[in-house]
Amino acid sequence: MASNSSGGSSDRQRIAQQRLSIIAGHLQRPEDGEWAIGAEECKAQGSKPNVSSKGRTVPRRRQEIMKWNGWGYVDSKFQFNKKGQAEFTGKRYRLSGMVMPALKEWFESTFGASLQHKTPASAIPNSSAVQPPILNEAFVEDLKSTGIPFSQDAEDRVFRAHGHCLHEIFALREGKVGRVPDMVVWPSNHNDVVKIVELACKHNVCLIPYGGGTSVSSALECPPEETRTIVSVDTSQMNRILWIDEKNLTAHVEAGIVGQELERLLNESGYCTGHEPDSMEFSSLGGWVATRASGMKKNIYGNIEDLVVHIRMVTPQGVIEKSCQGPRMSTGPDIHHFILGSEGTLGVVTEVTMKIRPMPEYQKYGSVVFPNFEQGVACLREVLTLITNVFAGHALKPQKFYITKFKGFDPNRLCVATLLFEGDRERVLQHEKQVYDIAAKFGGLAAGEDNGQRGYMLTFVIAYLRDLGMDYYVIGESFETSVPWDRVLDICRNVKERIIRECKERGVQFPPLSTCRVTQTYDAGACVYFYFAFNYRGLSDPVHVYEQVEHAARDEILANGGSLSHHHGVGKLRKEWMRETVSRVGMGMLKSVKDYVDPGNIFGNRNLL
Amino acid sequence: MASEAVYSHRDPMLKKRDDFEDILEERRNCSDLRYALKCYTPVVYKGLTPCKAGVLKNMVLQSDQLHYVINQVSKETGKAPEDVQEEASAILEEMAHRMQLSTVRFFAFTLCKVFKTLFRSICVNEEGIQRLQQAIQEHPVVLLPSHRSYMDFLLMSYILFTYDLALPVIAAGMDFMGMKIVGEMLRMSGAFFIRRSFGGDKLYWAVFSEYVKTILKNGLAPVEFFLEGTRSRTAKSLTPKLGLLNIVMDPFLKGEVFDINVVPVSISYERILEETLYARELLGVPKPKESTSGLFKARRVLSEDYGSIHVYFGQPVSVRSLAEGRVNRCQFNLTPRHIPKRPSDDVHSFVNAAAYRLVRAQEENMVLKPWVLLASLLLQNHHQDLDQDRAAGPERGMGLDELTEEALWLRDVCRQYGAFLHWPDHVPPSEVVSSSLDLHRGLVRISEGRVRLAVEHAAGPSGPGVHPGAGPEEQLLNQAVVVLSCASYRNQALHVFLRPALLASAMHIATSSNKQEVFNSFSFLRNMFSNEFILCPGATMQDFEEACFLLVKTGVLQITEQEVLSTHRGHRTLAFLTRMMDPFLQGYQVICMFLCEEASEALTEKTFIPAVRGFMVKQLLSGRLRYTEVLSSDLQKNALAALLRLGAVLKTKGADQTTLKVNRVMVNSLEDTLGGKLPTQKAAVARL
Repeated sequence: MASNSSGGSSDRQRIAQQRLSIIAGHLQRPEDGEWAIGAEECKAQGSKPNVSSKGRTVPRRRQEIMKWNGWGYVDSKFQFNKKGQAEFTGKRYRLSGMVMPALKEWFESTFGASLQHKTPASAIPNSSAVQPPILNEAFVEDLKSTGIPFSQDAEDRVFRAHGHCLHEIFALREGKVGRVPDMVVWPSNHNDVVKIVELACKHNVCLIPYGGGTSVSSALECPPEETRTIVSVDTSQMNRILWIDEKNLTAHVEAGIVGQELERLLNESGYCTGHEPDSMEFSSLGGWVATRASGMKKNIYGNIEDLVVHIRMVTPQGVIEKSCQGPRMSTGPDIHHFILGSEGTLGVVTEVTMKIRPMPEYQKYGSVVFPNFEQGVACLREVLTLITNVFAGHALKPQKFYITKFKGFDPNRLCVATLLFEGDRERVLQHEKQVYDIAAKFGGLAAGEDNGQRGYMLTFVIAYLRDLGMDYYVIGESFETSVPWDRVLDICRNVKERIIRECKERGVQFPPLSTCRVTQTYDAGACVYFYFAFNYRGLSDPVHVYEQVEHAARDEILANGGSLSHHHGVGKLRKEWMRETVSRVGMGMLKSVKDYVDPGNIFGNRNLL
Repeated sequence: MASEAVYSHRDPMLKKRDDFEDILEERRNCSDLRYALKCYTPVVYKGLTPCKAGVLKNMVLQSDQLHYVINQVSKETGKAPEDVQEEASAILEEMAHRMQLSTVRFFAFTLCKVFKTLFRSICVNEEGIQRLQQAIQEHPVVLLPSHRSYMDFLLMSYILFTYDLALPVIAAGMDFMGMKIVGEMLRMSGAFFIRRSFGGDKLYWAVFSEYVKTILKNGLAPVEFFLEGTRSRTAKSLTPKLGLLNIVMDPFLKGEVFDINVVPVSISYERILEETLYARELLGVPKPKESTSGLFKARRVLSEDYGSIHVYFGQPVSVRSLAEGRVNRCQFNLTPRHIPKRPSDDVHSFVNAAAYRLVRAQEENMVLKPWVLLASLLLQNHHQDLDQDRAAGPERGMGLDELTEEALWLRDVCRQYGAFLHWPDHVPPSEVVSSSLDLHRGLVRISEGRVRLAVEHAAGPSGPGVHPGAGPEEQLLNQAVVVLSCASYRNQALHVFLRPALLASAMHIATSSNKQEVFNSFSFLRNMFSNEFILCPGATMQDFEEACFLLVKTGVLQITEQEVLSTHRGHRTLAFLTRMMDPFLQGYQVICMFLCEEASEALTEKTFIPAVRGFMVKQLLSGRLRYTEVLSSDLQKNALAALLRLGAVLKTKGADQTTLKVNRVMVNSLEDTLGGKLPTQKAAVARL
C-alpha cells in the first residue's frame, strides 16, 4: 500500500490501511501484481483504459469490434460463469479476466434478480426487419462521383440509428428496429464534408452527423416522420492530429477522433488534453463539441468549452470559423457558443484546435470514506473553496460494490470519495495532505489509493454492467444534472424518493435501485448523477414504465433547482423542457440561428428545438 | 332527471367513514396511575436524527435564515448584530417548548380523572390512528385539529399518548403563558407560545418560522396548530388563517423535505364546556383573561355531564399531491432559499385553497349528535312562534311527538346529504330525543308535553358584562344567550345544509325560476356570505352544482335547461332550508340598514360593533326584528368584512383610529338584493 503519510494521525491511517487490505479482497486481484499501484511516475497507461497500443482507428464496419446492441467492445462484457460467479471477459481492461464473487450477491440482493430468470438478447441483427433504404438517386449519383465511400448495408445503417438510451438498446435486444439512416458516408477530411453538405443541400437530403454513437439523449434517433433520404455522416475516418503547436500548447485535430486515440497520440508527443469523459473510449471530439461535454478531470483542465481555441464547422450556409487563434476575444457573442451544444442541428464539426498540456509529471490516486453522504458533500464543498483546480473528486453514494465495511461506519450510509491528483510531485503531495486534512474535519478516513483507482476504473466499466442486468430482467440508466451547492442534498433525497415512489405507483414489483453521486464540483455547485435500475419481472411494458419514472425524476430535478442537463445534452429526450429552461426568448434566439444557418433543415435530426 | 348524469358528484351517502372506539372505557376499568406510567415508545419519522431541546435552539439560531434576518435588522436599526442575536435568542427562549415525559405523564394522569368525570366517552377512530402512525414514519406530519374548546389540545396530546404516538409540539397563544404554573406545564407537555400579533416584527417572524420549520424538516415531532387560529365561539368553522400553514408548507415547496403529511382532525363535543361563556362573549362580554384561578373556578363545570366527544383523525393529505400542478416549484430556484420572500400569488392562492380544503375536511368528519338536529328545529320553531305572536300562548313550542317526527325527517335528509350523523338507530326515536333534551336541559323547557327554548328565565344570573339597567334589554340579552347557545349547536350542522340552503334562499330572492337568474342569486349570496361560512374561493360553479345535485336527488327540485322548479313534496325541505339561512340574511340586512340610516361620519372600526349592537337592540325591542341571533358579534364582524371586501365600506386609516366610510348607494342596493327587492344583476353592477 502506498504512502499516505500526510495529514491526520498516522496511527489511524495505519489501521485503516490494514482494514483496506482486507477490503481489497472484495474484488479479487490478479496474480501478476499489476494491481499493486503506488504513486507512479506517470506513463501513458496511468488511469486510462488499457488502450491497445497499435494505432487502431475506429473501423468503418464498427460492428466488427463493437457490440451492435450493447455497450462497448464485442469481446468485453460481464457474465455469470458456470459457477454462478460474475466475470469480466476479454483482455482490454484491468478488470478483464477477473472473477467477482461479490457481484452476484449484490446483484441478487439489490434487485431481487435471479440467475434462473434470463432475458437474452436476440443474437444477430435481423436484416429483414430493417426498412429498405429511401434513396435519392440523383444524390447517390453525385456522391459516387466524389469518390467518398458510402454504404447502404443494413447492419451499417442500424448501427448508426441509435445511441445508448435504455429504450434504444432494449429495442435492439428484442430485434426491433425503427427508422434508420438510408445510407452511411465516411468523409475523410474537411473538404469531403463540404462536398457532402453541398450535395445534400442541392438534392434536399437529410444529414445526421455521427461521431462516437455514445449519445444518451435520443439525439441519434432518426425522426420517424422524415421522408427524405437520411444520410448518416460518420466522422470516424477524420481522425488525425493535423499539427501540434508546442509554443502555444495547442493541437489541431480532426473532429472524428475518439477520446482514447486523441490521448494516446498526444501522449506519444508528451502531451495530453486532460479531457476524460466517462465515454472517452468511444466518444469523439466533434461529439464533445456538439454536446458541451465534460470530463472527470475538468477541475484541472476544464470542460470542453474551456479547452477549444478554434472550431471549424460546415453548415448549409458554408463554413463557420474564427479568423485567428487568439486565446480570448471580445467580438460580440462568442460564435463558438452557437456551435457548442448545437447537437448536430447546424452542421458538422470538422476540425478543432484544442489546448494541450504537458503530461503530468506525477499522478496519485486517493480515496476517503465518509460516515455519510452529507459529510462527503460538505467536504467536497470545502475542498473546493480552499484549493481550487488541483483535484478531481467523486463522492460516491453507498458504494457497496467495492467497499462494504468500514470501522464505525454504518455500511448503509457510508460514502466514498475517490481522488486523483495530478501535477508536479511536490504540489501533488502538498495538495494531497491538504485534502486529507479537510476530509478529517468532516469525519472522513483515508481509504487508500487502491480504492481510489478502483473507483476511477469503475467509471469505464459501469456501462457494461447495464448489459449484464438486461440479461436478467434488470433495466436501468443513469442521468445527470447540475445544481447549486445548497441544494445538492435536497435534490438527491427528493429525486431518489420520487423514483422509488413512482416505481411503486407504476406496479414495479421489486424495490428499485435509486442512488446518486456527485461527480463534478464547481465553485457554485456540483454535477449529480442518479442511478436508477429495477427488476421488471411482471411488467408488460417495462421500457414505458422506465421512461415515465425518468420523466418524473426529471420533473423533480427541475423543481429542486437542478438543470435539464449538465453534459448529456438535450437531444430529443429532454426537448419538452427546453422552453422553460431557456425561456421563450431564449428559444426564439436558438430558432432564429437555426433558421438562418439551415433554412432547409438539412441537419434534420430535430434535436434541441 | 337528466341533471344527475351531468353532475358527476359522488353520492355523499356513500362516503365511507371509520368506526369509533371509546378510549375512556379501558380507563374506567384499570389503574390510571399504571396508565400514566406505561411504557411509552412511539414510532418516529424514518429520517429522524434525535436531538435535545438545546440542540434544536442552536439549530434555529445558527440557521442561514435567521442570520440573514439578524443582519438585515441590524442594518435597519443600527443595533449591533450581537444584540439582535441576543434578542432572537430571547424570543426563542420565550417561545420554545420544553417537552418532558414526566409532565406528560402527570397530565395523562390528571386528564384521566377529569375526562372520566366530565364525559361519558371519548371516541376515536382507530383506523385514523393507524394511518397517522404510518404517516409519521414516512414524512413530517402536521396535525390540524378543529378548535371548539380549550380542551382541544390537551385532548389531542392525551389521545396520542394513549395510542403511543409521537407527541406533537403545539402552537399556543401567548395568553396561555400568562397562566403561571399551568403555562409552564403546558410548555413541558409540548406547547410553544406565539404572540397573538407580530405583524411587522421581522425578527420575531423569522425566529418563529425557523423554529417551526426546523422541528418539521427534521421530523423531530408532529407540529400541531389550529387552522382557524382561535376557538370558534359559534361552532361554525372559521375562515382559515394562513400564516402557520404557509410556514409548514414552505419546506416542501422549497424542496427541503420530500413531502409533508397534513392530518385534519375533527373534534366534536356533544356538549361544549364553554357553551354559555361563548354566547356571552358574542354578546359583548369580553373574553376572560386566561388565568390559573379562572381555571379552578371552572371546577363548577366538573359536576356536570358533557356527554361524549368524538375525535376523527382524517385521511393524511400529502402536501406534494396537493401542490401537484398547482405550484411551480421552480420559482424558488432563482433566489437563495434562506432569504425570506413574500409568497407569490400562485403560492398564496394554493395555500389558501389548501386551507379551505383542509377546513372542509375537518367539517366533513365532524360527528353530529341528534341534539344538533333538535336544536335546529327548536330554533326555527322559536322564531315561528315569534312571527305568529304566540310566544306566550299555550301552543308555543313543539309537541314531543311532533319534534320526534320532524327530527326523524331531518335525520333522513341529513344522511342523504352525507352528514356524519351519530343517531343510535337501535334506540327508539322518542328515547333518543328525550335523552338529548335531558343532556341539554339548560337550554330547553319541557312542559305539558311541549318543548321550547328556555328563553323567558334566562339561564343563570346575568353575568358582569350584561349591563344591568333597562329591564327589557337585560331580558333580551338573557334570551339571546340561550338562542346563541342553541344556534351554536345548529351551526355544527350548517356545513351539511349550507349549499342547498344557499340555493333555496337564492330561489327565494330571485325574481323568477329562470336558471340563470337563480344562479346569479346563488352566486350573489355565496359571495356575500363567504366570510360567514366556509366556501372555497372560486368554487361557485361546483357549489351550485352540488346544491342542485342534492336537491334533485332528494326530489326537492326539478331542473331543466332553463328553469329551477320546486316540486310539491319538496316544499318542506325548501322551507326548512330557507329558514336556516334567514337569520343570516336578516342580520346582514339590518347591518346594511344601520350603515345607511344610523352610521355617523365618525364611525370607526372599534365603535362599529357596539353601535350596531345598540341599533339592533332597539330594532329587536321595537319588534321590527325577530332574530336575536343577529346580536352575535361574530355575524357583525363577518358582515363588515364582507362589506369591506365588496367595497361597500371603505377603511380610512387615521392617526390613531381607522374610520369607516360607507358607500350608501351600494350598501342600500346590497340590502335590497338580500331582501329580494332587487334583481341580482343590479347588485352585481353596483359591486363594480
